[in-house]
Amino acid sequence: MIDYIQPDYEVVRNKDLCIKCKVCVRQCANEVHVYDEKRDVLFADNSKCVNCHRCVTLCPAKALKIVKTDHCFKPSANYTKEIIYDIYRQADTGGVLLSSMGTPKDYPVYWDKILINASQVTNPSIDPLREPMEIKTFLGRKPEKIEYAADGSIKTEKYPNLELKTPIMFSAMSYGSISKNAHMCLARAAEELGTFYNTGEGGLHEDLYKYSPNTIVQVASGRFGVHADYLEAGQAIEIKIGQGAKPGIGGHLPGQKIGPDVSRTRMIPMGADAISPAPHHDIYSIEDLRQLVFSLKEATDYKKPIIVKIAAVHNIAAIASGIARSGADVIAIDGMRGGTGAAPSRIRDNVGIPIELALASVDSRLREEGIRNNVGIVVGGSIRSSADVVKAIALGADAVYIATPALLALGCHLCRSCHSGKCNWGIATQSPELVRRLNPDIGYKRLVNLVTAWSHEIMEMMGGMGINSIEALRGNRLMLRGIGLSQKELDILGIGHAGE
Amino acid sequence: MDEIEQRLAEVAEKNREGNVRIPSGCAICGYFSRKGKALPAVDAVDAMAYMHDRSNGLGGGFAGYGIYPDFADHYAFHIFYDNEKAREDAESFLKLRFDVSNMERIPTRKVYGISGAPLIWRYFGKLQPEIAAHTELDEEEYVCRSVIHINTKIKGAYVFSSGKNMGVFKGVGFPEDVGEYYRLGDYKGYCWTAHGRYPTNTPGWWGGAHPFNILNYTVVHNGEISSYDANRRFMEIYGYKCTLLTDTEVITYIIDYLHRKRGLKLPDVAKVIAPPFWSQIERMDAPEREKLTTLRNMYASLLITGPFSIILGYSGGMMALNDRLKLRSMVAAEKDDVTYISSEECAIRSICPDPDRTWSPAGGEPVIVELDNKEGGR
Amino acid sequence: MKRVYVNEEWCLGCRLCEYWCVFSASGEKHFPFAFDGGAKPPAGIRVESAGGINFAVNCRHCDDPLCMKSCISGALSRDDHGAIRIDKAKCVGCHTCIAMCPYGCIVSGGESMPIKKCQLCASRDYTPQCVSHCPAGAIVFEEE
Repeated sequence: MIDYIQPDYEVVRNKDLCIKCKVCVRQCANEVHVYDEKRDVLFADNSKCVNCHRCVTLCPAKALKIVKTDHCFKPSANYTKEIIYDIYRQADTGGVLLSSMGTPKDYPVYWDKILINASQVTNPSIDPLREPMEIKTFLGRKPEKIEYAADGSIKTEKYPNLELKTPIMFSAMSYGSISKNAHMCLARAAEELGTFYNTGEGGLHEDLYKYSPNTIVQVASGRFGVHADYLEAGQAIEIKIGQGAKPGIGGHLPGQKIGPDVSRTRMIPMGADAISPAPHHDIYSIEDLRQLVFSLKEATDYKKPIIVKIAAVHNIAAIASGIARSGADVIAIDGMRGGTGAAPSRIRDNVGIPIELALASVDSRLREEGIRNNVGIVVGGSIRSSADVVKAIALGADAVYIATPALLALGCHLCRSCHSGKCNWGIATQSPELVRRLNPDIGYKRLVNLVTAWSHEIMEMMGGMGINSIEALRGNRLMLRGIGLSQKELDILGIGHAGE
Repeated sequence: MDEIEQRLAEVAEKNREGNVRIPSGCAICGYFSRKGKALPAVDAVDAMAYMHDRSNGLGGGFAGYGIYPDFADHYAFHIFYDNEKAREDAESFLKLRFDVSNMERIPTRKVYGISGAPLIWRYFGKLQPEIAAHTELDEEEYVCRSVIHINTKIKGAYVFSSGKNMGVFKGVGFPEDVGEYYRLGDYKGYCWTAHGRYPTNTPGWWGGAHPFNILNYTVVHNGEISSYDANRRFMEIYGYKCTLLTDTEVITYIIDYLHRKRGLKLPDVAKVIAPPFWSQIERMDAPEREKLTTLRNMYASLLITGPFSIILGYSGGMMALNDRLKLRSMVAAEKDDVTYISSEECAIRSICPDPDRTWSPAGGEPVIVELDNKEGGR
Repeated sequence: MKRVYVNEEWCLGCRLCEYWCVFSASGEKHFPFAFDGGAKPPAGIRVESAGGINFAVNCRHCDDPLCMKSCISGALSRDDHGAIRIDKAKCVGCHTCIAMCPYGCIVSGGESMPIKKCQLCASRDYTPQCVSHCPAGAIVFEEE
């Protein structure tokens, strides 16, 4: 059989620097680097390289680099190399193409076309190093009515809310798709940061129940790992309807990732692919969602907010409005640029809408309908920096979910090969040899550092705007201006153009 | 009209309140007699003159309470008209809904420095009994919506005062000139608030001057709030339309919503607008902590950040409040039963040279005074 | 005293510690110069791997050091930090210490030095380079 696929990357070894310590050989799970004892030479099999930089990063002599190959086809703007190779691959296998993490395609990143305001003269900026700067956030439904008791105290309806010390949470990533050590890092970081991590749909490993006060548990269409103790362990329960990277389809965990621990945690057989259904088979319409929301509330005595997570799709505003009336306490919206452990490439690259537009239209719609206070809004799907967080909150979000930045902090190099299960960084793998490359003692601190740094930056930007409380930033679209956007885009985002 | 005038008119229309957001610096002042003594309006005019440099001649105004004892149970509508057509439209709208007992031009006098005045009329009316009986709304809400209707739907008409036994007098000019223009020497009331404006733009519209009023609430405000759009978009959920794009407008609506519609007590309204920091709340006793946590969470989007000092006038009371960092000056004083509030102490001393005490209210700590013999605030 | 410890739970067997040890002791400024053309001189730390377990071993700087006791020329002594150091001028290369060390942590040296053992990177302000450069945080330098 002819192998039509030529390597995308080339490993370049600087022989003057290389000391032949062979750490590259020992560390590459893809077996790219080979040492030939007889000839005393190191060489690289480029066809196996996924460009994850494990070898480059660990090489003590800095003798390695990975370059994009300049091997090429006749140039065509229409049939690019990627498209040609995809066709070869499908002609080879007859299968659906799989990929991981967020889409690499060049869709507009609206965050980068939005600018933030600052105070000058007419009102003062506030110095976060010298003045209090508040970013504590409550997530959940707000009471409608308020009454005074005889003693002057107030009475309201009570709805469970999550209390976040910073408006940044770790988005759902299941145990199975990522390693137990990665989960441990997220849980410990959430605990130290006073925020939450999300189990994803893979259940909760028994060793992680102790992080319950900072855990959100997910109930997805496969119901993997869902039982009474699991629901009780979460401070909130998230119903996953959809995911930004793959709207309309369910999760897929390959059988080779399902060893004894994952099998026990998910309550599924070892070695068999875990494929969650595309829809929830008890939710074929919005009224069914209401029943699941209230089933979960009944099961947990109305003590936990229910989050409904949906992928950003075309009709998002109407869908969100339906969810807000379904009894859900929080809507989590996941944009199309969001990451994933495995998704069909065509879906990842073509289905859904960017989170910025989805957020703006949902927030506007819920306000128009007078139900914005019924729900919290959390957005994810490519929140890449503290500036993105500030812009999301000013557009109307209560808090954000981050996942890819969290993985990057743990060492991920975005090689987009999670589905192979051979993550050299010990994150998206279940191989014990690889999993232990991620030491939670180190990993959790890196996550804490990242979110702490972002929080400081959020405060800096708020202070610049003369805002000292995150509530006053939420939905404050006057603090944003578009740059290089069409009038239609500005209208959807509900912001003016720079200079206006 | 020659070309330059036409261009100026176009610019004025483009920059009119409501078409553009105009930050302003300001002077404010107010005084209140707890015993309900009839205090002269001219004191407010004098006090504002002492703070002349805090205004720039582009807006001044006054609000008085207890000024129409003969029509105490009537709504007193003060209306600006751009032309007679607007007057006819508004009057026919009003007469369909209100029994109007008295209507007149508000008396004014020619003053150097005041020009471009609209037609200014005043009406005393009661809601027609059959409307009151059949509307689904309570009376105040009905009146409120009628005012909003005139202001947004009848071109060239603007109701700038709509409470009972109270009135707003405002215009474009320095506040002392505006006071002179409206012949405020003829008015007395138990409470007066005043405002001088320093806008960073050149609005020529009289409706944009302050105090801002809805029903019996008036607000004078000094500052530029950074939370504006968060506050505005929240209020719009509840049917308020912020057409003027000013801080004062949205603050007034917030107070109207919390105090009149939601029934919050004024000290609690102050705690929503300018709450203590979480670090302070955490140190409070459990009942207070729980209450403030609930209020902050419930009305998170009504928290106001950025510098402000406001004086709220309402039927039977007055409240002064600073932002929680106290980014704007505000001084209070007392002499016998009269409480004074001002941006600067000099203004108070100009009308009350020997106060019993003066103090600088802390950020977020409201100063509330109410009539002794009347249950004013809720 | 502070010693270098290895947590086998996290040791990946990548053996970077060995190379940093050699570099540290070499006194060279640039990493590759410590390894002329890829020949690796002996290191003061050594990774043992078997059955999926990796473990790096190095001198324990024993409280009752047999190497010091057995040294016939007085070339081994304990310094202020508790590290057992080699005096190159005194060492006669008899290798008695190698035979005596119960942990096998002294090895035959290269051309410039008769024996090789961990001296806690005394020449680098007692900042053991194997610890600073362990990618897994498996090697620590701490009190027992």
